Amino acid sequence: MKHIKTISNRVLKDTMKNGGCGECCAVGNQSCKNN
Amino acid sequence: MIHQYKNNGYNIVLDVNSGSVHVVDDLVYDIIALYEDHTIDEIVVELEEKYSERDMREAYGEISELKEAGQLFTEDVYEPYIDSFKDRPTVVKALCLHIAHDCNLACKYCFAEEGEYHGRRALMSYEVGKKALDFLIANSGSRRNLEVDFFGGEPTMNFEVVKQLVAYGRSQEEAHNKKFRFTLTTNGILLNDEIMEFANKEMSNVVLSIDGRKEINDLMRPTRNDHGSSYDIIMPKFKKLAEMRNQNNYYVRGTFTHNNLDFSKDVLHLADEGFEQISVEPVVAQPTDSYAIREEDIPVLCEQYDLLAKELVKRKKAGNGFNFFHFMIDLTGGPCVAKRLSGCGSGCEYLAVTPWGDFYPCHQFVGNEEFLMGNVDEGIVRTDIRDMFKNCNVYSKEKCKNCFAKFYCSGGCAANSYNFHGNINDAYDVGCKLQQKRIECAIMIKAALAENE
Repeated sequence: MKHIKTISNRVLKDTMKNGGCGECCAVGNQSCKNN
Repeated sequence: MIHQYKNNGYNIVLDVNSGSVHVVDDLVYDIIALYEDHTIDEIVVELEEKYSERDMREAYGEISELKEAGQLFTEDVYEPYIDSFKDRPTVVKALCLHIAHDCNLACKYCFAEEGEYHGRRALMSYEVGKKALDFLIANSGSRRNLEVDFFGGEPTMNFEVVKQLVAYGRSQEEAHNKKFRFTLTTNGILLNDEIMEFANKEMSNVVLSIDGRKEINDLMRPTRNDHGSSYDIIMPKFKKLAEMRNQNNYYVRGTFTHNNLDFSKDVLHLADEGFEQISVEPVVAQPTDSYAIREEDIPVLCEQYDLLAKELVKRKKAGNGFNFFHFMIDLTGGPCVAKRLSGCGSGCEYLAVTPWGDFYPCHQFVGNEEFLMGNVDEGIVRTDIRDMFKNCNVYSKEKCKNCFAKFYCSGGCAANSYNFHGNINDAYDVGCKLQQKRIECAIMIKAALAENE
């Protein structure tokens, strides 16, 4: 694209499929394998 | 929902509900502000003095393409999902063991009132700690990784018990298919070679408390009985421990107050002293405290975050960067939406344990009898408190629903909300403004570093 550079093309909605497993205060930098 | 802002020369567009982030030119930046309420023809008329029609139609097409791909102007579809998520059974994942309600420093801002938590001095016995670990194993369901924070007060004042509890935890791992991650938070006064070696062998993370420049640190973190500068005692030890850990899996962690609104200098001081994992955080205090952050301090603090973010970009590009806890953000991975919206886990997945074995929702609530949930002998007695915390999420807080930061902040700290508003389903307003600024800076840093990719 000429006018837009995408830094993250994250689609959080996709994590509803495999998310919520519960295996995950010194969220934004937390790490989460199917997801 | 779109959040667009300018920072350090970048035009940044965050699509809040998808998590997508875009760096755009001035043309797209202006069109996005009009996109939802105007047709392309109306936009062309509105912006005709700034841009050519051809460019505007081209940019509009790019925006529409990203909207079609679910990366711009996406809807919030998560509230019903979170409602079903919170109906799941609770497992306990983590305990904060208050190994010592005693301290060898007299920090002026300590929420634990110089380590004693509004009560008596006490050390946790091995028996109480063992029961706490047994409770964690029994109530963690099928979850394998369990976290245990050794906290205080100052946990090294009861270090024999720390060692015994680590050994007990390790002895239980295989039989129960569990893996303990132990962490230690220390003021460093008692650190010695034996403790450092033990910490490096057994602690997944070590938090080393220091506020930054010597005069700032010693103002708020005095030794008891005039034992000299705490900075002079701890700094060489912290440097040694950070090197022993290869500059990983630790934080030097400080607090800034109204007394050092120029806190970026403290962060950079710690970086210049060689630390690569740094967190310096705003004090949370009552407005009556002389060192409390005030509403009128916010613009100065936001400028400081901007200064720090620019310097961090410069250093990272030069190859001598460091990590600043509140600027660390994972835009492409990170947790699922269920985790992002359901918060930190206090009161249900995470509990604090006093030296005599009482359970509280987290270390910030310890000593407030209203939040006493149970104990290591009887388990959780006040399931109503647990359920209150379990139901506390972004959608239970009016202030969070339309906030661009909600997927990175998860609704803020329940203890701060309670301390300022008397209930956990509100938000601490000063904290919100600083958190929003930090997230803007963190995304800008990602954008700046992506230029080189």
